[in-house]
Amino acid sequence: MRVVFKTSYDADLGLFVHRYQAFWYFLLLAAAVVLPFVMNDFWIGEVALMLIWAIAGMGLMLLVGHAGQPSLGHAAFMAVGAYTNVILQTSLGWPFLVSFPLSGCAAALAGALLALPTARLHGIYLAIATLAVSVLAEDGIVMLAPWTGGVSGIFAPDINIFGVGFNRYVNAPGFYWLTLGVAVLVVLGYRNILRSPLGRSLVAVRDSEVSAQAIGVNLAWTKAVAFALSCGVTGLAGALMGHFAGVFNHETFTIFLSITLLMMIVIGGLGSIHGAFLGAIVITFLPLVISIVREFLNERFGTASVMPPGIETAAFGAILIAFILLEPMGIYGRWVKIRTYFELFPFCRRDMFRRQRGYLRTERIR
Amino acid sequence: MSLLELEDVTISFGGLTAVESASFAVNPGEVFALVGPNGAGKSTIFNLVSRYCTPSGGDIRFEGKSLLGSAPHDIPRLGIARTFQNIELFEHATVLQNLLIGRHTHRRSNAISEILHLPGVREEERRHRLAAEKVIDFLDLQPYRESRIMGLPYGVRKIVELGRALAVEPKLLLLDEPASGLSAEETDDVAFWIEDIRNVMGITVLMVEHDMGLVSAVSDRVLALADGKTLVIGTPQEVQTDPAVIEAYIGLGDEGVDE
Repeated sequence: MRVVFKTSYDADLGLFVHRYQAFWYFLLLAAAVVLPFVMNDFWIGEVALMLIWAIAGMGLMLLVGHAGQPSLGHAAFMAVGAYTNVILQTSLGWPFLVSFPLSGCAAALAGALLALPTARLHGIYLAIATLAVSVLAEDGIVMLAPWTGGVSGIFAPDINIFGVGFNRYVNAPGFYWLTLGVAVLVVLGYRNILRSPLGRSLVAVRDSEVSAQAIGVNLAWTKAVAFALSCGVTGLAGALMGHFAGVFNHETFTIFLSITLLMMIVIGGLGSIHGAFLGAIVITFLPLVISIVREFLNERFGTASVMPPGIETAAFGAILIAFILLEPMGIYGRWVKIRTYFELFPFCRRDMFRRQRGYLRTERIR
Repeated sequence: MSLLELEDVTISFGGLTAVESASFAVNPGEVFALVGPNGAGKSTIFNLVSRYCTPSGGDIRFEGKSLLGSAPHDIPRLGIARTFQNIELFEHATVLQNLLIGRHTHRRSNAISEILHLPGVREEERRHRLAAEKVIDFLDLQPYRESRIMGLPYGVRKIVELGRALAVEPKLLLLDEPASGLSAEETDDVAFWIEDIRNVMGITVLMVEHDMGLVSAVSDRVLALADGKTLVIGTPQEVQTDPAVIEAYIGLGDEGVDE
């Protein structure tokens, strides 16, 4: 087991716990950067999609995992980001470097506007309110057809930064690096939030609203900030998703996308940045695994209908149920347990991670 | 001038009058205790001062200014910190993080500078950490600094909550049953800490407590309540020997029944 010997308060303020950890993360980043040289364009595209999911997941993770506010409406904010990005580029002719940040800002604004009326809701009631937003967004896209293209959809123009094209098919590595850059920036921002008073106030709102108020946290304001940041990041992911898909319409951003996002962070592990990435890996590569298995079965047994349609949704659902029952802390929680087992070997006890019975809490005042 | 002043404060929930025209003043630098049987309205008075409830009549003044116009999250900024009867800590955070959250009113940076982690933010974090470490030293919480609240024993949680309130650096500290559920030694510790909080840190203490030993050991004045009504204000000895207080706690004696 590695004991970190701290000699200053700065040791707790750094991005990494110790140099060894920093080394591994930089190695991971380096591997991610050189990935296009060892993978073909199809797989690079899939990894780029994984990163887009991870960005969207980090957005939702901030809100659900750290601020404790469940949302079933994040597909709507992905849509806001995607449409704002494309409309600014096609109608106003603004470059991607301007429209992309603005798409995040638009989604953040939409999120803050949603937070105002829902500030008093929490738990299941907030989930229902945000569910309504998700349903509304779909119809909203159809009703705003003059701008959004409605049912027939809208084409995302090629990303062009200072004359360099970042089309997903023409320049797959370029698109991948762009996505990687955004993902790394979001991770840095997220880490900075977590080690600052803002991150702590989010945790305070999540764990106890009553005592958060008692130490001076403005609940409505903190929730609005959480919604704005969360939706802004998800909006950025939506903008990238628009470029990745090339063309999208109201059916791209359905309620199922919201549920998939929520499932992703639960499977990955609530309350950690790792969880967003691990969940994104599952969400991206599970359909691939299923289609590979399907192809294999088809070749083996020569039938085209071995697996009925909708098997993906069923598989996602089954995995989610399995996680909630067996590993509520998600993949990352399981990883922490495995790591701790080896770090403490042979002193790890079975009950180490047993859930503690909560003590009686103050009855909710109001 | 008194630090905290309640004037004719009344609050009722439905037909139940929880507090009926309570009037008292807490002077700067004193330890003021509220005692009374269950349901006397002690915690309700705390919730009124923290603005979780709004009185139906009367006024609450802190340093001469009415608190009734303030929201609950403004109260700590004015200099009032509190603990809860049934511990309300941030369960999934560590002890250190709980104390740092207590520093929220001293936050000077804004969200944008924190996301970018500008040098000013780091400088401020160091100051918050120093303040939290002082609280840790004061309450001997060093062994638990990195432990999550979830796994801590009750007595430690109670002390962490006291620490979180101290991290606010308040002028007035509201302690809701600081010794409930603690062992005899832990209660002695709390008594010493309350004296130090008053004498060394210069913080005025208003507390609710059932343990009369602790109350008489540390408090300068005691207010006895029963059924929302004020019975008597005085020194611990005066209150304990007051016939109305004895009646509220153990009912009328034999003579009372005979009459």
